[in-house]
Amino acid sequence: MNAFSFIPLLLALVLSPLMLGVINRTKAFFAGRHGQPLLQTYFDLFKLLQKGVIYSRTTTWIFRAGPMIGLAAILTAALLMPLGKCPALLAFPADFLLFAGLLGLMRFFTVVAALDTGSSFEGMGASREVFFSALTEPALFIALATLVRETGRLSLSTMFGQASNAHWLHSGPVLGLVVLALVIVLLAENSRIPVDDPNTHLELTMIHEVMVLDHSGPDFAFILYTSALKLWLLGALALGVALPFSSGNPWLNLAMALGGMFGLAVAIGVIESVMARLRLRVVPQLLIGAGAVATVALILTLK
Amino acid sequence: MIDLANLPPVAFEEFRNMIVSAVKAGARLNALFGAVLPKAGAPGSDAKQVTGDLRLFAVLAQDSAGTLNVTSTLVGDAYPALTPDCPQAHWFEREIAEQWGVKPEGHPWLKPIRFHRSYREGRDAWTRSAEIAIQPGVVNFFTMTGDEVHEVSVGPVHAGIIEPGHFRFQCHGEKVYHLEISLGYQHRGVERALVGGPDKRTIPYMETLAGDTTIGYALAYCEAVEALAGCRVPARAQTLRAIALELERLANHTGDIGALAGDVGYLPTANFCGRIRGDFLNMTALICGNRFGRGLVRPGGILFDLDETRRMELSKRLRQAGEDVSNAIELLWEAPSVRSWFDNTGTVSRETALELGLVGVAARASGIERDVRAQFPSGIYRFAHIPVSLYHTGNVFSRAHVRWMEIQRSIAFIFDQLKVLPEGPVRTPTGPLAANCAVVSLTEGWRGEICHVALTDAAGRFAHYKVVDPSFHNWMGLALALRDQQISDFPLCNKSFNLSYCGHDL
Repeated sequence: MNAFSFIPLLLALVLSPLMLGVINRTKAFFAGRHGQPLLQTYFDLFKLLQKGVIYSRTTTWIFRAGPMIGLAAILTAALLMPLGKCPALLAFPADFLLFAGLLGLMRFFTVVAALDTGSSFEGMGASREVFFSALTEPALFIALATLVRETGRLSLSTMFGQASNAHWLHSGPVLGLVVLALVIVLLAENSRIPVDDPNTHLELTMIHEVMVLDHSGPDFAFILYTSALKLWLLGALALGVALPFSSGNPWLNLAMALGGMFGLAVAIGVIESVMARLRLRVVPQLLIGAGAVATVALILTLK
Repeated sequence: MIDLANLPPVAFEEFRNMIVSAVKAGARLNALFGAVLPKAGAPGSDAKQVTGDLRLFAVLAQDSAGTLNVTSTLVGDAYPALTPDCPQAHWFEREIAEQWGVKPEGHPWLKPIRFHRSYREGRDAWTRSAEIAIQPGVVNFFTMTGDEVHEVSVGPVHAGIIEPGHFRFQCHGEKVYHLEISLGYQHRGVERALVGGPDKRTIPYMETLAGDTTIGYALAYCEAVEALAGCRVPARAQTLRAIALELERLANHTGDIGALAGDVGYLPTANFCGRIRGDFLNMTALICGNRFGRGLVRPGGILFDLDETRRMELSKRLRQAGEDVSNAIELLWEAPSVRSWFDNTGTVSRETALELGLVGVAARASGIERDVRAQFPSGIYRFAHIPVSLYHTGNVFSRAHVRWMEIQRSIAFIFDQLKVLPEGPVRTPTGPLAANCAVVSLTEGWRGEICHVALTDAAGRFAHYKVVDPSFHNWMGLALALRDQQISDFPLCNKSFNLSYCGHDL
């Protein structure tokens, strides 16, 4: 562990809300609008933290615990995720299993908190969330297994440290497929178009947003910050595979990784600007497709 | 227009048989309503005071022949309902029961639709006590029972800024078995307030029956009054009225297509159409100073003429907006992700649409040739024809596509009319209204057929005024479009109909 390994954590904590700002500004650019301020998510977080909380009488401690456990889980996961060549604070063999497990824990508590309200909308959202995540998790695990086969390393930091442009030269198809699968996982997990529409107000069509309708004030700020961090971490995961290049200078590597992250945000904004979201009954096809893509990548490494 | 003396009430059996057999033979029920008319020999009685026998009136349209039939009968406290033999009467009979406290016996699902007290004191079709307040939406709903079914209720308060309405879905997982719609939250009592008119308040009431259809409603009212007064509207005013009506259609259709794109998360068309809708509204403002056309249409003509410079300006803006709207909407048809939503969602078959008597875009999207501008033309539409825009699939795509065809045809129509704008005045004085007459006035608003029926008393005042919004026919179409669909498709289906709540609730 060296001083450098604090950097990915700090950057994630500070810059993750900016990702959402970049996505929204990209969408505004395509719409021919001025768009909201880049720092809007920070303003929202600040505003929500000032507010009081309203709890329905029908809810129990589970509803109150949901946002906090979610935030705790994602903060723990942030300890494990390197940024480009810069290793994470914690790295140990098979830490990616813990990473995926923490995401699962977070989702579990979001879902039970939603069910705790007894609202029919939130029940529908919970059912969709569980169904879709059951399809994205295999894709995530198979993609990670492929990376383990490819690099021969067992922790996220060493995996990304080991990966280099040589891998793209030798087994470009494998990495390409893994990146594709991870990007679909990223879009699905963060309720972006084409899986979900983060901007919709139509409670009957929402997935993630509908589960958090009853949260307010600081609880909702936690949820907002949690989803920003989740986007950042899954983005860092896809980016580590997509851009394994090292310049030799750690600062330059870091700058390249940051550039990649915001490039990814722009790409998400572009995707959201040029296509409609899928019908809910078509979404599983996309997610199973991601799993299939990751499986093909894994097969290619078994030579 | 007909003299009420020439419209004697027929026996109820005859009335019922006539409607049922005419509808079976392909006619359509434009309006079915009750009215209590003051006795002919009792002048000076307060028009709003309701005493005497209830008379039912029915307006039947033969679309292909372009003819209207009006018939009437007298009923007592109850009568055998028409609905079992004529589903189109379903909503109308609920309205009659609520307004007048008579019971259509054998009506399959007799519930209030607007939740107000009956017009005749002490009478109530459900024998509710006068002490208990009537609350909208507090009524029985269809239910489905079983271990795995669930019920979702949405509204009347919604997440977006839209009008209030209550929707109950009976679902199994994501699949909707039935949707029941309960409205009435915006009931203002407009029809009763119109009795005794026309007076100073009548026109503002008409222009705000449904704010997005200001021109359509004002036009239907003015044509009714002009018929009663025997007034001939100058040709220039007739042309400008039609231009305003088509501009209203353009603005709303453009907004609707943008909103459909927004519902599936397709941002380019959603954003562009939102702006272009404003361009069309501004063109109406160019004519009369109001984006929704308030203060333009008045009995006898219009209040604002279009001078030469503004005529040129209107052509120029329309050309630009026409290009913009083409670009924006073509994007929508070219996106496969959009087509896969639109093509498979919210189908209403032609048979269902005929049986329910759908009107407007919803009917034409199910392949029914039904357009007041072509079949019951008035004003300039008698001379300048707009082709009926038809598509056959009956789904969301079909309704969007019919709107797109109508946008193109309305633009072409306005260009033609601007080129040959007749000279002359834009308004003539209207005389007093004919006494003891009935008049039916039809207009094709952007949602569909607007039907106004005015009955005058011995002094030439309104003894009864009936307004039928296109939404009144079409809400049931939305409920049936949702059968066997995914519940997540509801917002898109709803937007593809885009019905009026306040026009329905009156």
